[in-house]
Amino acid sequence: MSNFLFGRYLPGNSWVHQMSPQSKLMLSFYFVVVIFFANNIWTYAALSVLILMVVLMSGVSIGYFLKGIRPLIWLIIFTVLLQILFSSGGHVYWHFGPFSVSDTSLINGGFIFIRFLLIIMISTVLTLTTTPLAIADGVQTVLRPLKKVHFPVDTLALMLSIALRFVPTLMDEMETILNAQRSRGVDFGSGSLRHRIQAAVPLLVPLFTGAINHAENLSTAMEARGFTDSEHRSKYRIYRWQRKDTISWAVFLLVGVLVLFIRKS
Amino acid sequence: MKDIIQIKNISFNYPEQEKLFNNFSMNIQEGKWTAIIGQNGSGKSTLARLIDGLIVLKSGQIIVDGLTVNDTNIFEIRNKIGMVFQNPEDQFVGATVEDDVAFGLENRQVPREQMHQIVEQSLRQVGMWDFRDRIPANLSGGQKQRVAIAGIIALSPKIIILDEATSMLDPRGRQDILKLVNQIKRENNLTVISITHDIDEAAGADQVIVVNQGQVVEADQPDHIFGDIEKLTSIGLSAPFTSELLSALKKRGIDSHSQYLNDERLITWIKQLISKK
Repeated sequence: MSNFLFGRYLPGNSWVHQMSPQSKLMLSFYFVVVIFFANNIWTYAALSVLILMVVLMSGVSIGYFLKGIRPLIWLIIFTVLLQILFSSGGHVYWHFGPFSVSDTSLINGGFIFIRFLLIIMISTVLTLTTTPLAIADGVQTVLRPLKKVHFPVDTLALMLSIALRFVPTLMDEMETILNAQRSRGVDFGSGSLRHRIQAAVPLLVPLFTGAINHAENLSTAMEARGFTDSEHRSKYRIYRWQRKDTISWAVFLLVGVLVLFIRKS
Repeated sequence: MKDIIQIKNISFNYPEQEKLFNNFSMNIQEGKWTAIIGQNGSGKSTLARLIDGLIVLKSGQIIVDGLTVNDTNIFEIRNKIGMVFQNPEDQFVGATVEDDVAFGLENRQVPREQMHQIVEQSLRQVGMWDFRDRIPANLSGGQKQRVAIAGIIALSPKIIILDEATSMLDPRGRQDILKLVNQIKRENNLTVISITHDIDEAAGADQVIVVNQGQVVEADQPDHIFGDIEKLTSIGLSAPFTSELLSALKKRGIDSHSQYLNDERLITWIKQLISKK
């Protein structure tokens, strides 16, 4: 499952790697919001240039981003096609029954495409340059205010970090079970819908029981190593806000303001 | 020699299962390498969990280094004991090697500066410092067990329990791990309890305890225990390679003493035998 990107981290020492996870998380969130404000060619261009800069500065090869896009390509094509075929207005080039293609619909389709691309890019940069633990840590920092309303932030962060740490393990396990069941004659991914759903059972049941076993063993091991509760612990890693974070935020805010100014009102 | 672990008349069974231990007693000496062997289902792993207080005892008493295992002492006892479990994947809590070693220290609220120092030291000791950034998916089983050991020595326990810690490793990885634990044991004067199916691992111990059907069948030095192949096979265990070889020689009419010999002593004995002819 090497083409599965979620939860995979690529070690590195770039600018983006060195930023603190809480600021990266917030920055990604902020950027996604800004994307929805963009509505003309200039705003999209500004955001694309910004993202391109981020990608270059992360030191991660473009190939990884293409891999990140691949699983979503059908969703993107589907949405873009819908946009192109069904939006109205503008100069109509072609139409057939309810379908029509006009210059505005083409432009809108293009925008949707870029929007998808930008969102995938920023989230891929985030997951590739931040360790699962750092992401969990970032979430913990970002959610800290919720502690005031007795939300179990530390427990959530621990669960998140364990979940992320087990993603590759469970993916490998799934691959093993898939192959084991195939070798015993189970046919995955062909036949009718009903047949396919039935074929998933010999995959899902062992995967579930395996996960329960993992959980049981892991909790025993955690206890044996002195784990009592997730609040009374010291921290090995601390991600402090650095100058790099401030500079990055300044750039992002600037671009955000720029987008607000040059968008079509 | 002081008994670091005393198990007194314990009885235990899992819910809705037969009694695993009935009035079971056993002692483990300080500073020794003790191997506990027995068939599957003989309660070896349960014993390890009972000692560490991971399972609640129903009757009887377990004393670890002067402390009775109960709710109040439990954390102090866990500070004294480091456990390495069977499945390397399932005991890896941290996202990376470094974080995993730090996990136990975080639980004890060790200050950060000190933690970094201890983690580096522990990882260097097991030879995994260069792998500190790796995620578990990119490590071999043997390497993961090394990390597990580093996580334990970081807490400087008095007792290390290996709960079939080498059973999922290849022969090379198994030897490496045992050598490593042996070295750490010597340097820090630790007590090691290894629960194992690997007879050759048990043959290298100071003391072997054979457990069967909830009872101690035998507790002796490996020399005495592995001499008697019939008795071992009768309780479903195999004998070490050298013992098998000696018994095979006996069947072919070559007289041998029934005592257990390790590799070196066997070689010397064979040399003597040949030179006599």
